[in-house]
Amino acid sequence: MLYREVGEFKTSYQSDQQTFPITSDRLVVLSLIFIAFFVIPFFITEYMASAIVLPFLIFGIAALGLNILTGYCGQVSLGSGGFMAVGAYSCYKIMTSFPDLNIFFCVILSGLVTGVVGLAFGLPSLRIKGFYLAVSTLAAQFFLVWAFTKFPWFFNFSASGQITANERLMFDIPVSGANVAAPVAYLICLIFFVSLAFIARNLTRGSLGRKWMAIRDMDIAAEIIGVNPLTAKLSAFCISSIYIGISGALLFCLYFGAVEAGDAFGIDKSFLILFMIIIGGLGSIFGSIAGAAFLVAMPVILKNIMVDFLAWPVDLASHFEFLIIGALIVFILIVEPHGFAMLWRIIKEKLRLWPFPH
Amino acid sequence: MKFKSIAIALALTVSTPAIADLTFPNLTYRTGAFAVSGIPYADGFADYMTLLNERDGGIGGEKVNYIECETQYKVEKGVECYENTKGEGSLVYQPMSTGITYALIPKATSDGIPILSMGYGRTSAANGKVFSHIFNYPANYWVGASVVVKHMLDENGGNIKGKKLALVHLDAAYGREPIPTLEALAKKHGFELTTIPVAYGAEQKSQWLQIRREKHDYVTMWGWGVMNPSAIQEAANIRFPMDKFIGIWWSGSEGDVLPAGDAANGYKSLALHNTGNDFPIYADLKKHVYDKGLASGAGDQSGTVLYNRGIYSAMLVTEAARQAQKKTGKSKISPADMRDAMEAFSIDEARMTALGLPNFAPSFSVSCENHGGNGIAAIQQWDATAKTWKMVTDFIEADMDVISPLIAADSAAYAAENKIKERCG
Repeated sequence: MLYREVGEFKTSYQSDQQTFPITSDRLVVLSLIFIAFFVIPFFITEYMASAIVLPFLIFGIAALGLNILTGYCGQVSLGSGGFMAVGAYSCYKIMTSFPDLNIFFCVILSGLVTGVVGLAFGLPSLRIKGFYLAVSTLAAQFFLVWAFTKFPWFFNFSASGQITANERLMFDIPVSGANVAAPVAYLICLIFFVSLAFIARNLTRGSLGRKWMAIRDMDIAAEIIGVNPLTAKLSAFCISSIYIGISGALLFCLYFGAVEAGDAFGIDKSFLILFMIIIGGLGSIFGSIAGAAFLVAMPVILKNIMVDFLAWPVDLASHFEFLIIGALIVFILIVEPHGFAMLWRIIKEKLRLWPFPH
Repeated sequence: MKFKSIAIALALTVSTPAIADLTFPNLTYRTGAFAVSGIPYADGFADYMTLLNERDGGIGGEKVNYIECETQYKVEKGVECYENTKGEGSLVYQPMSTGITYALIPKATSDGIPILSMGYGRTSAANGKVFSHIFNYPANYWVGASVVVKHMLDENGGNIKGKKLALVHLDAAYGREPIPTLEALAKKHGFELTTIPVAYGAEQKSQWLQIRREKHDYVTMWGWGVMNPSAIQEAANIRFPMDKFIGIWWSGSEGDVLPAGDAANGYKSLALHNTGNDFPIYADLKKHVYDKGLASGAGDQSGTVLYNRGIYSAMLVTEAARQAQKKTGKSKISPADMRDAMEAFSIDEARMTALGLPNFAPSFSVSCENHGGNGIAAIQQWDATAKTWKMVTDFIEADMDVISPLIAADSAAYAAENKIKERCG
């Protein structure tokens, strides 16, 4: 009734293969993007931005990146935290070396640097897979964080090893550092988020994405039908690292403002991003976004409900937050092991038939 | 789901009204990996605020609005807490974590809210010419490093040429802070410095084997949380003489030494303030807080080192608020008034005796150029049979000839990167 495709006839390949072939899907997504760009910036407060929206967009980008690698290409990675650190530190080095470079180029360049690093750490995937690959990416995580705390060149020889984002202006408006206004930071992250999600969606539908999925489903069979595992796996590592690097750079210059590799990019970040895509759904763009939203927003909402609304002591609330989120994760994975993406797919199937399911 | 959640969060943030009292937020961590250290500090801080409300009706006639926000020692949560509470008229922030302090330095400066990072945070923030809103009195890590070396000098008749000092430190921003000072001091006094990072608190076997092999004369430690008791246990295992093992003030609480039992006897640590509950203020706390059932947490931390640090920390900011009230002549002060008062802050023995804390902490004063106080710390020693800490030195002044140039250099680098103009004329 509300959501159906009956009566939609495609008369060209182009219209049949567009990103959202169902009109109501397309309208909903377009209106969401419109609201995100033209309505929310007028209402966003600093608290909303820094507690929910910025972390959601930034970790959403990282989850997209990891989902390309793990969900689409089937290569498990526990090195996301380390790659985010590469993004943040290269952004810092680029910002301090080129004081006039536009922030967008800084972030994109740091993504590219991370892509090269990711390529190097993707090489073991050509020989090993599964748990063994997970362990070798875990090594990447520890090595990268160690390198960023060990060699003072990365943090310009400051005493504590912290890096601080300095202020950048664009049209006389601060676009990085501490004085950046909430709507500006939000819009910059949103531009990256929307364009990267768009690119990811189209990459995974194209020939590259099909190669990745072939490798994921059965690498030997993929090789026999002519997929080159070297280029497929390495391209997945490289592109996924670019995404994660961009998210690390944004986290550094728009969200935290000052980071230290061990503090901000520890192993817990790698797991957080992995949980996002597992709960959201492996091999799904919507899943990455939903997983990020769940794991970023849920703790904040729970905290606000328990502390501000119910006036519980903060330590009790914090213990309960751990309990509730843990229980929810287990519950969701038991009820729907394929994550939010599958849940959404089932809802859509039901909606197509509603209200006359028989 | 996303929009619904944002709507809920928005509704909740809007529904908390701004309160006109004097607001003191405290970023605590009663949960997470560092809860053992976080709980006593938070309890001391909260109990002092409760005492002010119950006994005096607040500060200068204004009730204290004390807000706790749980950070779990994580930077994200700290930033979230800061944004959540800054709208309520918060006068000053004490992040209680070097990582969160670093993230808040630029934010708080641009919002005009002062930060007091007492004995942690960015050391070069002591340079008030660059860091207008950041204070780290009464002492910072470089002062601590220098006092350790002074103590070595005292024990060796002023000559420590050729002695070996090992710095066992947590491999994080916090643990690396003392390295430049110790390097400069090593050059000045001719001792050898080895830095030994510990990546994961509890696992230190190889580090202490290295110390045993290289036979260091002294070991100093910048540790936190679970790293402290493990280090003391490992030092005992290699039979390192405990009186040559000196921790920073964050490595000197009861929880750090008790697990090692008698083997920890004689372990030394720096101290910002005196310990124990032998102060007149405890009578007031008992009467107005504990006996009324208002004690924070489980109420079992009273008199411990970190509980006293919580009291000290709360006392320093509330006294600054009092001085701000006196200076401006109004009882409802703003964060800007608070900042001005912190910059002109001074406290002496007479005032602390009046507060019920005689012989508790050193007198010091702050100025526009110097946000770090006079740079003094004492050394305390653990008595394992009596299970008490005892002060073994007076408050020692740090070697500012070495520290000042380092502070100037580090803050100048920060000022250049962030295009900050120097203040204070």
